[in-house]
Amino acid sequence: MEITRYRIIFSGSGGQGLVSAAIILAEAAVLYEGLEAVQSQSYGAAARGGATRADVIIADGPINMPKITQPSILICMTQEAYSKFSGLIRPGGLLISDKKFVTTTRRVDARQIELPLYQTVVSEIGNPVVLNICVLGALIGMRGIVKKGSVEKVLADKFPPAFMAGNQMALDIGFEMGFEYAE
Amino acid sequence: MSKKITFVQGNEACALGAMYAGLDFYAGYPITPSTEIAETLAVMLPAAGKKFIQMEDEISSMCAIIGASLTGNKVMTATSGPGFSLKQEALGYAVMAEIPCVVVNVQRGGPSTGNPTHVSQGDVNQARWGTHGDHSIVALSASNHQDVFKMTVEAFNIAETYRTPVILLFDEVIGHMREKLIVPEEGEIPLVARLRTSLKEGVNYHPYLPREDGRLPMSDFGDVHRFNVTGLYHDMWGFPTDKPELVQELLRHLIDKIENNVHKMTFYKSYFLEDASTILISYGSAARSALSVVKQRRNRGESIGLLELNTIWPFPAELVRECTQHADLVAVVEMNVGQLTQSVKLAVGTQKRVHLINRLDGQMIIDKDIKRILRILQGRGI
Repeated sequence: MEITRYRIIFSGSGGQGLVSAAIILAEAAVLYEGLEAVQSQSYGAAARGGATRADVIIADGPINMPKITQPSILICMTQEAYSKFSGLIRPGGLLISDKKFVTTTRRVDARQIELPLYQTVVSEIGNPVVLNICVLGALIGMRGIVKKGSVEKVLADKFPPAFMAGNQMALDIGFEMGFEYAE
Repeated sequence: MSKKITFVQGNEACALGAMYAGLDFYAGYPITPSTEIAETLAVMLPAAGKKFIQMEDEISSMCAIIGASLTGNKVMTATSGPGFSLKQEALGYAVMAEIPCVVVNVQRGGPSTGNPTHVSQGDVNQARWGTHGDHSIVALSASNHQDVFKMTVEAFNIAETYRTPVILLFDEVIGHMREKLIVPEEGEIPLVARLRTSLKEGVNYHPYLPREDGRLPMSDFGDVHRFNVTGLYHDMWGFPTDKPELVQELLRHLIDKIENNVHKMTFYKSYFLEDASTILISYGSAARSALSVVKQRRNRGESIGLLELNTIWPFPAELVRECTQHADLVAVVEMNVGQLTQSVKLAVGTQKRVHLINRLDGQMIIDKDIKRILRILQGRGI
């Protein structure tokens, strides 16, 4: 029997970098923590502005099913994504959303945490392009899925040095905001 | 190349496998969901001093790799459903002229342009019979990235050994999803090199005269020997013929070189088959869900097993017959209307019923889908 640790869906709109965030998380788990991970995403119209989603499953052993039917953690970065996916969440799961983009309207059987991620990234870094890394920081701050250092290693591998400072700031800001809700 | 842990898409795993196998030349025309194979090789091949060409379409891509193979290179192209249809004519030429090449088809929903970004396994019989005329073909599949890599290498090995096109039948889920791939060290998977003639310049070379072991040594086209290559039935010099005995001899050779070596090119995985009364048979991404069901049911003590086929064609009928002989229930899990189920039925025979567990809506078949149908098949209702 596979021991699944986390089933995470990143949802929002195309261009927010959520697929990249999902890949970075999965790479950190596989390359630096010796875990297994499978990542997949929606293709087609969703990737060009509609509600997009990226799935990441992280486990100690082999993962057979690559798609998530019931996420234990759901991240919603647009209202549309929230409406579309919040019904999927596993009872008692964790739902993270951005205060600017999402008004939590539904009665969802999950711990809902709204964070001012976008606002903080814009006011403190000035460039919303690193919002996805801030989201990732908040996620691992809240749940120690992987170590922050593992994500930093992936960021250093993946992007040119010029982007590291901005990414690091975004990761730190997100991590601190998330850590306040750590369990 | 040292052992390296990577986290890649199935399409990238295929490209890495091709590089490991010694790919020299790739020609292709990008199409979802196979595009990342071209993207990856467009970077890797030139960096290794080898050739990547984006052609004007799929037909020319297929023709380009045939030409490049004849000149002594290991070659590959990749496409998806509609592009695979376009390649069929030249694929038949490669069968007839016995030109080693690897053709990847990352399956999506069809017919026609169909369902481009969604999964299907609807090209299984097209791989077998897509090009016209009697012939045999090799088609391999995989359900995880380690096997995508391995089967890609084996595709090149089979292509070179038997001078035949080999089709890699992957699917959208496998092509696009990312998971761990441990890149094997150099030498870990043996490679088959092109068998070249030892005949010197000026000595008559017969391109289509098999050795005693049935293999045909090649001479790089444009090098020291002059010979003819044609899609017509031909003699040992490669010149067209309609002599009945030569026509029959060549057709038998094209088929027998594959069908007489089924056991040598059969790759499969078996899970809990020894005492299984219910046996699932599957391949590609569907086999992941089938394995999930088998593990869940085994945990509850049910005698259920899985035969995962990596070799689809030539169909390993003997293996399937042996594996299923003590089973009460055989079910094939695939994302089409039962394309491989037909071959399983022929192999298993009429004494036993073979069932189809499928999904056709562009969504990956999941464990719940399989369990629902399995319950009914086992007489337990929904």
